[in-house]
Amino acid sequence: MTTDDAPRSNSFPGHNNKQGVGQSVPRKEDDRYLRGTGEYVGDIRLSGMRELAFVRSPYAHARLGAIHKPAGREDCVFTAADLHGVEPIIANSGLPGFKSSAQYALAYEKVRHVGEAVAVCVAPTRAEAEDLAATVVVDYEELPALSDMLDAITPGAALVHDHWGDNLFLQTQVAGDVDEIIRTAPIHVKRTLRTARQCMSPMEGRGVIARWESRLNQLVLITSTQMPHIVRTGLAGCLGLSEEQVRIIAPDVGGGFGYKGILLPEEVCAGFLARHLGHPVRWLEDRREQLAGNANCREHHYELNAYADRDGRLLAVDADASVDAGAYSIYPFSACLEAAQVASILPGPYRMQGYRCHTRSVATNKAGIVPYRGVARAGVCYAIESLMDDIAVQAGLEPWEVRLRNLVPAELMPFDNITNKHFDSGDYPEALRRVVKAIDVPGVRARQAAMQGPVRLGLGIAIFCEQGAHGTSVYHGWGIPMVPGFEQAVARLTPDGGLELRVGIQSHGQGLETTLAQVGAEVLGIPIERIQVVHGDTALTPYSTGTWGSRCMVMAGGAVATACRELAERIVAIGAKLLQVRAEDTRIVDGAVVSGERTVTIAEVARTWYLRPQELPADVSPAGLEVTGGYRTRRDTGTFSYAAHAVVVSVDTEMGDVKILDYAICEDGGVLVNPMIVDGQVNGGLAQGVGTALYEEMPFDAAGQPLATTLADYMLPGATEVPLLRIDHMVTPSPYTEFGQKGIGEGGAIGPPAAIANAVNDALRPLGVRMDRLPITPHRIVSALMAREQGVAS
Amino acid sequence: MKPVDFAFDQPATLAQASTMLATEGARAMGGGQSLGPMLNFRVARPARIVALHGLAECQGVEDAGDALTLGASTPHAAIEDGRTPDLPGGILSRIAANIAYRAVRTRGTMGGSLCHADPGADWLCTLGALGALVLTWTPRGGRMVPLSGFVTGAFRTVLQPGEIVQAIRIPRPGADFGWGYVKACRKPGEFAHAMCAVLLDPTHGVRRMVIGATGGPPVVLEGDRADPAAVEGALKGAGLGPVERRMQAVIAGRAMEQAMQAHRGTRA
Repeated sequence: MTTDDAPRSNSFPGHNNKQGVGQSVPRKEDDRYLRGTGEYVGDIRLSGMRELAFVRSPYAHARLGAIHKPAGREDCVFTAADLHGVEPIIANSGLPGFKSSAQYALAYEKVRHVGEAVAVCVAPTRAEAEDLAATVVVDYEELPALSDMLDAITPGAALVHDHWGDNLFLQTQVAGDVDEIIRTAPIHVKRTLRTARQCMSPMEGRGVIARWESRLNQLVLITSTQMPHIVRTGLAGCLGLSEEQVRIIAPDVGGGFGYKGILLPEEVCAGFLARHLGHPVRWLEDRREQLAGNANCREHHYELNAYADRDGRLLAVDADASVDAGAYSIYPFSACLEAAQVASILPGPYRMQGYRCHTRSVATNKAGIVPYRGVARAGVCYAIESLMDDIAVQAGLEPWEVRLRNLVPAELMPFDNITNKHFDSGDYPEALRRVVKAIDVPGVRARQAAMQGPVRLGLGIAIFCEQGAHGTSVYHGWGIPMVPGFEQAVARLTPDGGLELRVGIQSHGQGLETTLAQVGAEVLGIPIERIQVVHGDTALTPYSTGTWGSRCMVMAGGAVATACRELAERIVAIGAKLLQVRAEDTRIVDGAVVSGERTVTIAEVARTWYLRPQELPADVSPAGLEVTGGYRTRRDTGTFSYAAHAVVVSVDTEMGDVKILDYAICEDGGVLVNPMIVDGQVNGGLAQGVGTALYEEMPFDAAGQPLATTLADYMLPGATEVPLLRIDHMVTPSPYTEFGQKGIGEGGAIGPPAAIANAVNDALRPLGVRMDRLPITPHRIVSALMAREQGVAS
Repeated sequence: MKPVDFAFDQPATLAQASTMLATEGARAMGGGQSLGPMLNFRVARPARIVALHGLAECQGVEDAGDALTLGASTPHAAIEDGRTPDLPGGILSRIAANIAYRAVRTRGTMGGSLCHADPGADWLCTLGALGALVLTWTPRGGRMVPLSGFVTGAFRTVLQPGEIVQAIRIPRPGADFGWGYVKACRKPGEFAHAMCAVLLDPTHGVRRMVIGATGGPPVVLEGDRADPAAVEGALKGAGLGPVERRMQAVIAGRAMEQAMQAHRGTRA
């Protein structure tokens, strides 16, 4: 079912209308963020702490010779040879045929990308540590570098990992039977597409403080991460420590997007040094290190064929996709998650009869690929939606018409698609119809026809669905070394009636300190001001794989609801004793246990339990007012939120400038726990999608040198580039989650590259030019138009 | 990254500044908006920074009728906000308002920008088109250098060691002048990839087109050569690719159109 005002679960005893599920309450965390009182790794100073600076490889590929430490300062400089007992980071895919890479905390024998850490220097200040790093001399024997994935798979190419014999982490094949369709389909469209390597750019870079705490014989690592528990598991393995000897604290984290979903060589080095040196050490990544060494996402190459009947009905997609996975398989997502996703989600929200897809995860001399908001979806959506536009042209249809004919209709939901993705719910055609209406297609077409001069108008549409909160079976199938299971949360009542919620996920901009509190308020009726959400500390929270894959509101939200419900039962049991009624005759209303006219507040229950137990009968349960609740979704195949994007652009065909004139999104994230926060997510995602479409690119030269190593060269969209967005919400509750909510954290970033590219190509189509590479820059547009002019002239 | 260790001097007079700048490894700093990032990247590794912002002799403005003289330390923001005299039509204010971002304009100075000689700088291109003169100071006396001869290459000028830019003199064009200035940036405030300023000043017999953002010193086309159709050819030696040359030609055409419209406007 699909309605604007969907019913949501009112079955919880403490239903709090003002702050519970569905309410756009202001974010609790914004008070400290907006006043500048957040506490990030860079704000923390420990007694005796020293700073680290890394000596990093200036070469993309080189054999490592001698490393000469500055005379007299040898004890302040560390190389791989000094890291006794430290094991490399290894992240093996479980998929057959995967080739393993070893990422050393400091380079060993070879460097494989620019920016790879070769030595680390310790000094009282960062400036002095950098002075020291400048005096370390490293002998390199430069090797041929692989800066393009297609070169890397050419026979005779240099080898990133010598013993592999080629440069393929993994190849996979979805071997559908499409031969008959290829032979007979009346419409065949073909595209070769490329997306750029990007550098994820959270406001706060990476950073870590390590301290050895002798009292507990424990390493305490304060790090800017999205997944403290996973970092603990990985780090303990690399350092030869048992996991109880490692505590990870994530303080305020200034954005992640995937950039901080990784175990870092720098974390391993800092952890080793803190114990070895006996004093705390800190490393803060600066923008130069980030841009020069860590452009690590999004780079896909597609050879695409799609087949359709005369009416534009999709018959088959036949694809060959390569992902530039960089030099190392990163922990925990591996080098192959991206390509595995490409293979399984390329069909998008459409029905088709045949599907074939060959993927490669290619090793090159770049940083190992890390999943970025939307993971493979931004590229995949660009790929399939480009094909849909081509089919529309061939079939003589509007782009929206051809999509409408191919989308999975609402009456078939839930729907298992051609790659066995289980679309849980929704009305995809309705989302498309709404966004088409919002953007006013006939109006745009009329303006387009009337326009004269060098500036052209283009209309672009993209629609996609977004799997979120998917669990064990899905990730096991994708072969990644970390497979998420169930999620737990702790709910604890304080003696004065406040609520502490402890969760293993991390909130770094998603507003989870607010939305999880809203879940607590929904169940217990305790105001969110009295609910403390504790996260970011392995010592305080249940094990969790962390914050990624749009999983938190579903998984941690479900776990918090479960824990709070179980806590409610205990509160009610005690409250009933105090009211001298049967527990089944009571309920929780607005933060109190109520039976008829009689009432006792939750705070009173707590006070009695903790401080005046003599007032309770002897047979009261001793279990207490702290509960760990576990949660599983009714299916672990994930929620499928979805969205239709429509955009109008102008293209200056003399200068190649693209302006976004209008942007509309209709999205369905199921029940929205906090609609305002969801709007924020969609807007933020859109900004990043605009970056992918039009601005962000890390070019590399033939020697593997990154060419955009400052923010003057690496273009990020800003306030003047991000359009004022119009968002329309549909609300189709997921049948498989606690409140019907769906993962919605990534969708904003998925649609824009496809929609904007389609709009630009719509504008350029009359000129016989098509852009098949992201980002679509003025230079690329003018270059294509000039090539077309010359072609016409000759 | 952090800058290398350096000494920091804040002289009160040009004489002091000049002496300090004559020492080994010394470098002058105006508003520090370009030098600051260069220090942080350790691209610049000076032994000494001599900050010129406190020099009263480099401040102040003068409107002498036939020319405006702006102290070298005049920040872009003061020009943007109209706190300094301007040419007709608020030309200088409009140029200033589109330099980088407001925070940069608050501290960045006209003199500092010219001395830095970034090929993409707005003042380099526009003041060149306006026929401005750079007034310099040395202990032995100063000189007046036309902007067209001030810059010798990317980030290089004719300034000698110890020579300091004190002011910039901008001649006032005739009443029927036309002005055009257009630049192409990926984002507002970012470095331009094409830029052109055009001055049509029949009173003084000037028809001048200056193309910036070429990677080298601005390219000046005067008289009949100041023609958008000549731009692609004129830039052949500048090391730009065909796409960049095409874009420069388009921008030159738009700047010329703006200037001709303005010129027609003054006559109407």
